[in-house]
Amino acid sequence: MLSIFHSLEISHYIYLSTVLFSIGLFGVLFRRNAIILLMCIELMLNAVNLLLAAFTEYMGDMQANGQMFVFFIMVVAAAEAAVGLAIIVMVYRNTRKTDVSFLDQLKD
Amino acid sequence: MNPIAIILLFPLLGFILNGVFGHKLPKLVSSSLGALMILLSFVTAISQWSQIAFDINGSISWEAYTFFNLDGLLFRASFALDRLSIWMTLIITGIGTLIHLYSMSYMDHDKNPAKFFSYLNFFVFNMLLLVLGSNFLMMFFGWEGVGLCSYLLIGFWYQNASFGAAARKAFVMNRIGDLGLLLGMFLIVKNFGSLEYNEVLPAIAEGSTSNVVITSIAILLFIGAMGKSAQIPLFTWLPDAMAGPTPVSALIHAATMVTAGIYLVVRCQAMYSLAPMAQELILWVGLATALLGALIGLRQNDIKKVLAYSTVSQLGFMFVALGVGAYTTALFHVTTHAFFKALLFLGAGSVIHGVQDRQDIATMGGLKKMMPITYITFLVGTLAISGFPLLSGFFSKDEILANVFHHNIIAYVVLVFAALLTATYMFRLLFLTFHGEFRGTDYKLSDVHESNWKMTLPLIILAILSVLGGALNLPHYLMHQEGFLASWLKPTFLIFEHAEHSDLATEIGLISVAVFVFLFGWFYSRNKYISKSESPESGSEGIAKVLANKFYIDEIYNKLIVRPIEFFGDVLFALFDTLLLYGITFSINPILRFTGRLNRKIQNGNIEYYLIYMVGAIALLLGLNLFFA
Amino acid sequence: MGVFSNLPLPFLILSFLTILGALYVVTSKNPVHSVLALILTFFTISAHYVLLNAQFLAIVNLMVYAGAIMVLFLFVLMLLNLNKESEPIKSNLWGIAAAISAGLLLVVITAAFQTAGIAVMKSNAEGIGLVKNLGRVLMTEYLVPFELTGILFVSAMVGAVLLGKRDKNDIVKSEEI
Repeated sequence: MLSIFHSLEISHYIYLSTVLFSIGLFGVLFRRNAIILLMCIELMLNAVNLLLAAFTEYMGDMQANGQMFVFFIMVVAAAEAAVGLAIIVMVYRNTRKTDVSFLDQLKD
Repeated sequence: MNPIAIILLFPLLGFILNGVFGHKLPKLVSSSLGALMILLSFVTAISQWSQIAFDINGSISWEAYTFFNLDGLLFRASFALDRLSIWMTLIITGIGTLIHLYSMSYMDHDKNPAKFFSYLNFFVFNMLLLVLGSNFLMMFFGWEGVGLCSYLLIGFWYQNASFGAAARKAFVMNRIGDLGLLLGMFLIVKNFGSLEYNEVLPAIAEGSTSNVVITSIAILLFIGAMGKSAQIPLFTWLPDAMAGPTPVSALIHAATMVTAGIYLVVRCQAMYSLAPMAQELILWVGLATALLGALIGLRQNDIKKVLAYSTVSQLGFMFVALGVGAYTTALFHVTTHAFFKALLFLGAGSVIHGVQDRQDIATMGGLKKMMPITYITFLVGTLAISGFPLLSGFFSKDEILANVFHHNIIAYVVLVFAALLTATYMFRLLFLTFHGEFRGTDYKLSDVHESNWKMTLPLIILAILSVLGGALNLPHYLMHQEGFLASWLKPTFLIFEHAEHSDLATEIGLISVAVFVFLFGWFYSRNKYISKSESPESGSEGIAKVLANKFYIDEIYNKLIVRPIEFFGDVLFALFDTLLLYGITFSINPILRFTGRLNRKIQNGNIEYYLIYMVGAIALLLGLNLFFA
Repeated sequence: MGVFSNLPLPFLILSFLTILGALYVVTSKNPVHSVLALILTFFTISAHYVLLNAQFLAIVNLMVYAGAIMVLFLFVLMLLNLNKESEPIKSNLWGIAAAISAGLLLVVITAAFQTAGIAVMKSNAEGIGLVKNLGRVLMTEYLVPFELTGILFVSAMVGAVLLGKRDKNDIVKSEEI
């Protein structure tokens, strides 16, 4: 790592990823479009990925365990995006909507 | 395999096979199966006779299973085939076989004979359980089982609502008695720590137990016997039980089940011998029942009702014998009664069959020409029950009378009167049914037909047994030694049974009284119903009305017991159900509605709300973890 | 700039862009703009990976996320014809509720991290994030999870195809419409 970055601390990355995570969470809560919801979830996952990468760097992890986790999270995220989008397409085909406010069948 | 297991297995097998596959089998197969199983059981029992007869204390025992062990108190399914139980087993399976054979023809027209035979086999199984069990627990099992079968068979034609009611009545009445039996068993467990006969009874016979305990156990067990054997005050179910098919009345409500109470007392001979108060109670209850049953029997017009009241009365006779300590005599009367009462019931069934399901003797008369075999066998049965000299009933009843004579002269007089009534109502029944003019209005005499061999063969066999049954226990004055049954049963009695042997003059006197009683009954009925050819009384006035209405006992029970209970139930309903329960439930309702309306907003099915809840909850939990860690 | 003054400028710029992009994702009314902003965010995150010595991760992030997944999102948006400002916006009350919830969690998580007391042990080893090292670890220690992810992917593919397939009834229905 370049020397100008030596003043960086793990805590900065923690704050950054926490903020990112919260923004994603806010999006999940606030938005109604199911696709945007999925995107916000991706954002939250990326916040976590960033934190894991930072931990790998700052915790002296020779095995790169954190980065391994990032890979697996990416895999799961990709699978989730594929299935989630398929579901959204399906829902859209049946209801002509991607608005989660109208999907209130759970109470039945 | 243990012979007891085989004896028990056959009826059970018949029950299961007929119960499970019966509806798929042809009628003939399922009914022959039922009869065959009982026959096999009978044959097995006979084959064991010699083994028991050779050894004076011989008995076969079988420890089948231990249900559970309560701190040394064993609840076991254990059985014993001793002299008393093999006697009962032979009566049950022997007469059971004949009645099964009879039923094959009698139930031929029924829709579901397999069900009938399955119940009947199950009854025999339970009855065998009752007599073969070597502890009070197994006896109670059988006791309840026969009660259940009785219920099922009385209500066999349950489509008729009043038959169902009769079945329920029998069941409830028996329950009252069973409560006494259960309480008695509890007392036995409490005082003796066991339910096995061979532990409890010797302990009692030892004589160290307090008299109060023995007397209370004896009385409680007798209450159980009252219910099962239809004694006052629990006898009203037996006449109603005639709602069942006639073979059922013959097997269950005359020959076997109702004698379970007598078996119980005979089995507990040691206990009753040491409880004179209980014996006295049995004597007077039996006496009252004998008299009441005979009186009511005088004015009944239903052929089966007459026989039912006759059974009640005869059971009273048996309890009188038990009350004076003549256990052998009681069992002797059980045996002869099983022969001739089964015969009479089956004869009545044959008559009912012959006249196309009519039971009112007011519409019969003069049937002897059309049904000769039924007539002759019925006549034999009537002679036997009335005490015609040298027939079975003569010996057994005479023995009871002799024993009572030595014990209590008042009881003797009352019992003689009851015997006189017995002869009267039985000849009344015989004459009204078979002699005189034909009184049928809605059918012709020529329609009446004799039953087929399956029904008449049991009648003939039972008639022969009724004639010769007295040989089982010939009296002392004839043989100058003990009767066969008395010597047979002697080893089973733990306390020596004191047999009265009167001198010849007394004996002749007693016999002449008995013969007079028989002749009086015969002449009275003959004079009234044949010579004057009176038709049966409708019992519209005076004492006859009271008799015809069975002393209004059902009505009295209704007023004294059923109504108050119903009233009590109504009060409870008004207080607890209406006020308390409805009050609570109906006031809870609005509260629940209100909270429900609030909660419904939370559970609206929309994931957005759920997400908010989830995030809030996560934040809350994390926060709590943070501040309280 | 207070607390930020002693931080390196590239980090500040990158972080600023990351948060800005993320906020735009959440607030943009046009879904397509959201997607594009998300791609921007992913790019900046990849840059962060480079700063954190995770070079291979940076490339993979670009390829998988910014490349494949976001294109998929964009494709679905276009397919469903949602590329216009058609989206209904929730009421302000919802915004406040969502902001409070998210803010609450932010505060709680931050507080949790501050009390956690993380010991830093900075490694000087180079090449941790290079493909050589990662490949070795993946094929030795993480072999079983690696295989399992393969199964996961296959099942996800099957599931997606199954869900996306129209059955005959659907076709009839959409023709009626």
